[in-house]
Amino acid sequence: MSMSIEAKLGLDVFKIDKERHITIDTEKCRTVCTIKACLWVCPANLYEVDDQGNHTVNYEGCLECGTCLISCDHRALEWHYPRGEYGVQYRMG
Amino acid sequence: MEKVDCIIVGGGLAGLSAAYGLASEGLEVMVIERGDYSGAKNVTGGRLYLSPIRDIYPELWESAPFERPVVRELVTLMGDGADTTIELASQKFATPPHQSYTVLRARLDQWLADQVMEKGGMVITKNRVDELLLENGKVIGIRAGEDDIGADVTIIAEGVLGLLSSKAGLRSEPRPEDHAVGFKEIVELPPAVIQDRWHLNDGEGAAHLFMGSVTRGMLGGGFIYTNKDSISLGIVVGMEHLRRDGEKMDSWKLLDAFKEMPQIQPLIAGGTTVEYSAHAIYEGGIAKVPKLYGDGYLLVGDTAGLSLNALVTVRGMDFAIASGYYAARTVLDARQRGDFSAAGLAQYEQSLRSSFVLKDLETAREIPHTIENPRLFTHYPQAVSRLMQDVFTIGPQPAKKLSSVVIGGVRKDFLNLTTFKELLGMRKI
Ligand SMILES: Cc1cc2nc3c(=O)[nH]c(=O)nc-3n(C[C@H](O)[C@H](O)[C@H](O)COP(=O)(O)OP(=O)(O)OC[C@H]3O[C@@H](n4cnc5c(N)ncnc54)[C@H](O)[C@@H]3O)c2cc1C
Ligand code: SF4
Ligand code: SF4
Repeated sequence: MSMSIEAKLGLDVFKIDKERHITIDTEKCRTVCTIKACLWVCPANLYEVDDQGNHTVNYEGCLECGTCLISCDHRALEWHYPRGEYGVQYRMG
Repeated sequence: MEKVDCIIVGGGLAGLSAAYGLASEGLEVMVIERGDYSGAKNVTGGRLYLSPIRDIYPELWESAPFERPVVRELVTLMGDGADTTIELASQKFATPPHQSYTVLRARLDQWLADQVMEKGGMVITKNRVDELLLENGKVIGIRAGEDDIGADVTIIAEGVLGLLSSKAGLRSEPRPEDHAVGFKEIVELPPAVIQDRWHLNDGEGAAHLFMGSVTRGMLGGGFIYTNKDSISLGIVVGMEHLRRDGEKMDSWKLLDAFKEMPQIQPLIAGGTTVEYSAHAIYEGGIAKVPKLYGDGYLLVGDTAGLSLNALVTVRGMDFAIASGYYAARTVLDARQRGDFSAAGLAQYEQSLRSSFVLKDLETAREIPHTIENPRLFTHYPQAVSRLMQDVFTIGPQPAKKLSSVVIGGVRKDFLNLTTFKELLGMRKI
């Protein structure tokens, strides 16, 4: 019954923009952030730390809930809604 | 700069309600919505309390695409190993006019957008407003891509994050302690199965809330709302709790853990998940409601902090629709006087104050910090279920008198200073 988060996101309609709508000031993640809440608060599990120790976000699967933005203590995120016509399009909501 | 009478930023329920009120009176109104259609970006639990807003736009609701009227209310208090469900089947709720209906936003919002267009309002989808245009502190219009569009008055209905309004300094930026996040799945089930599982007659619906071990002591709970041929199944959890304590578990796993609970399994067995969504919820209460109007603008719906989580009742959609309505009335009156300054729009706040919107939020003033208490999500669901379990237990030992079981349980779990203080706190809500 339990589905992977990727499979759940696969059920949704996404119109992916080439232009990313979330960018991370990774310097802040590395130097000042201790909690690193983005790694677990995101309901789509999109945040990761890559091999070089940089925080990344797979913005393509973003549900646009804003939780990462609100939860980041250090204003490390530049976050705006995707341009009109892009991003998740709920069929039920 | 091209100019219209009124621009509405965001075509959710609040924005569309305002647009409907203005378009009905012949104003030139332009709603700008970033989704492919209204509702494409919007998520709710699901249920709309219609009774507070039935008389607002009375002609409208007859054709609304509601899912099911809620005639059964269930609350399950989940302890470890035992849980207690309170089920209210009320004749009053089962008899029309029904007080509340389950809804799906992609359907409801699109329908409302159609009603706006039928009245001659413009709803422009697939366009994001990038900026509010200000001149000497007055909002004079918006920028969307290459286009600047002016308006006598701008109604800001951009939802809970309030990105544009906080950037323009019209309200503060969202804080984790004032918000929760909800994530949910739509699980398809045949109508007959839904009716069987929640003891409903054909077409009737249920709202089923879950408190306790669902959120592992974090503020929040689980919900199921029955739609026509699906259920909305989800979790709401306080952002500040999640941010501080969530490390123990990835947020999205809470929903899977919820689905796997033995109490939930039989309710969703055989169902197919068809959509996954997430959205922020404002829970700051009236104490943090921003200034609702100013020169050339009004804030409505979630952007204005008009929502309420009182554990068993969650409201925001009725407030969104009502605030849109009062915003429209205010703009119509301001237009008569030709005054769209803050003074000219002040009536908006007065009308919200004399309506259920700010009255109900005022009544609920103490709720946000009362429900901050983690014991509400751990101790109490546990204690109630333990007591019920004791009452129903027949063991190998000679049975105790019922009264002594109850008194024993109450003494152990409820008669202590903490509980007493919490009860005093609860009286305020
Ligand atoms: C999980 C969950 C459960 C809930 N349960 C209930 C419930 O059972 N009952 C209830 O009454 N309430 C409930 N609520 C609250 C309710 O959903 C909200 O209060 C309501 O949706 C607010 O409506 P709104 O029109 O103000 O905002 P929204 O519905 O968020 O609409 C805002 C609109 O603005 C658009 N927009 C935003 N920025 C821009 C921009 N820059 N340019 C163009 N368009 C833009 C968005 O795309 C969106 O369409 C729940 C909320 C959640 C998240
Ligand atoms: S919470 Fe903010 S600062 Fe910390 S790791 Fe995440 S994005 Fe970086
Ligand atoms: S907005 Fe929500 S879904 Fe998107 S990255 Fe942030 S937390 Fe994840």
